Amino acid sequence: MVDTFVIPLLKILVVLNATLVGVTYMVLLERKVIAWAQSRLGPMRVGPYGVLQPIADAIKLMLKEDITPTKADKWVFTAAPIISMVPALIVYAVIPFGPTVNLFGRQVSLYITDINVGLLYIVSVASVGVYGIILAGYASNSKFPLLASLRASAQLISYEVAVTLTLVSVILVSGTLSMVGIVNAQYNANVWFAFVQPVAFVIFFIGGLAETNRAPFDLPEAEQELTGGFHTEYSGMRFALFFLAEYANMIVVSSVATTLFFGGWLRPFPHVAALNFLNFIPSWTWFLVKSFVFLYIFIWVRATLPRYRYDQLMRLGWKVLIPVAILNLVVTGIVKVMLL
Amino acid sequence: MAHAIAFYTLAAFILGFAILVVTTKDTVHSVLFLVLDFLFVAALYVMLNAPFLAVIQVLVYAGGIVVLYLFVVMLVNLKRPPEAHSDPHRMTKFGFGLAGAVLIELGAIVVSGYMKAPAVTSPAQNLPVTGNTEQVGWMLYTSYLIPFEIASMLLLVAMIGAIVLAKREL
Repeated sequence: MVDTFVIPLLKILVVLNATLVGVTYMVLLERKVIAWAQSRLGPMRVGPYGVLQPIADAIKLMLKEDITPTKADKWVFTAAPIISMVPALIVYAVIPFGPTVNLFGRQVSLYITDINVGLLYIVSVASVGVYGIILAGYASNSKFPLLASLRASAQLISYEVAVTLTLVSVILVSGTLSMVGIVNAQYNANVWFAFVQPVAFVIFFIGGLAETNRAPFDLPEAEQELTGGFHTEYSGMRFALFFLAEYANMIVVSSVATTLFFGGWLRPFPHVAALNFLNFIPSWTWFLVKSFVFLYIFIWVRATLPRYRYDQLMRLGWKVLIPVAILNLVVTGIVKVMLL
Repeated sequence: MAHAIAFYTLAAFILGFAILVVTTKDTVHSVLFLVLDFLFVAALYVMLNAPFLAVIQVLVYAGGIVVLYLFVVMLVNLKRPPEAHSDPHRMTKFGFGLAGAVLIELGAIVVSGYMKAPAVTSPAQNLPVTGNTEQVGWMLYTSYLIPFEIASMLLLVAMIGAIVLAKREL
């Protein structure tokens, strides 16, 4: 009873809340880091150094008037933010934050579930998330959101191909689709897969930037051209849902990159006995630190790089990333069959 | 018992959404009901212990193909006035005939299913690999290799055909 219902429910509760708090503080971190990059201070007024800014933002967004345009498709307009948010959250079901540990005299696994198609589950749930964007643009019944949503969905579909191909080469190396299994494969191989599959990692990260609509691929939100993107007509909490979904997806991409390429919860050099003193740091801390590095890089890239032009973006996706990913996959397959 | 309740609930949802797909006036809503329908079919696969198939169903159908449907529906003006055709009922007889044929076929399948004894062993039990994904892969590359290759050939032909149609001056 406790093992089948209470503990999974508690885990879901913890993960969901941690995600939502993490997402709101990602927004603050982004504002701060970009401010520092531009020699500004960033939010400073609410709380010491602005640490309570996310709470103020949340209250502001909840109190704002919730407007539905008269000519909008009401049902779809209401459903679109939900369709964006739900896939971004249910992906966390298979992300392993740590191995099975002894917690208060009970064996608890630090992941909600470990299904044997975990990686495919993430890809397929993420592919449903694109509906939120398309429908938001369509249901607004306004030209800029529609243009932005077409851009966004074309971009998502294009980069999904390259990302999925890199995932296949990781699966070839690890021999499993389970997220926990991939981390264990890295433990057994005694190497992080980023060093076995460097090309796959680079393509995955570029694709991750594009799939989360982040700079330098944030064309769907290009303010100068499209006033604000597919969520132009949204206000208040519905707008916040799109915003939260974007940041939740960033955390997902960082977590998946950590799990697939940087050993998940494993400490550096898990087989070297001289570093055993590192074991006092809990495994999930390693996971969070590694993911945080990726999240920081996301923000850093946004503060540094200018935006791509739309044709450049499509050319990069179809003519560079996808061929390189296919080549990488073929080479991985040949090496796996010939040498191993 | 719980299995049966789950199955009939899912089946009711699948049929309900399927009916909504064909009866809804707004084409975009119709496509959205199709997505819901596919998601419930995926749930049915999960119930039948086929997680790989369920995930692929969501990835390929709900997440891939229907997105393209949505593009077509949104970008092409499909709102034709009802008087665009002189006789809107011109295909009614053909439609009823087709529906009758499908019903008879379904009935034949159900009846023959009751006649035959249910298969006791599934072919998956004597495979050298374990795990749903591995078993699907094993079956595809051994027993069903030729159908699998023919299907991939067919997709290649369709892809080349689409490129030829789109780029006439190539």
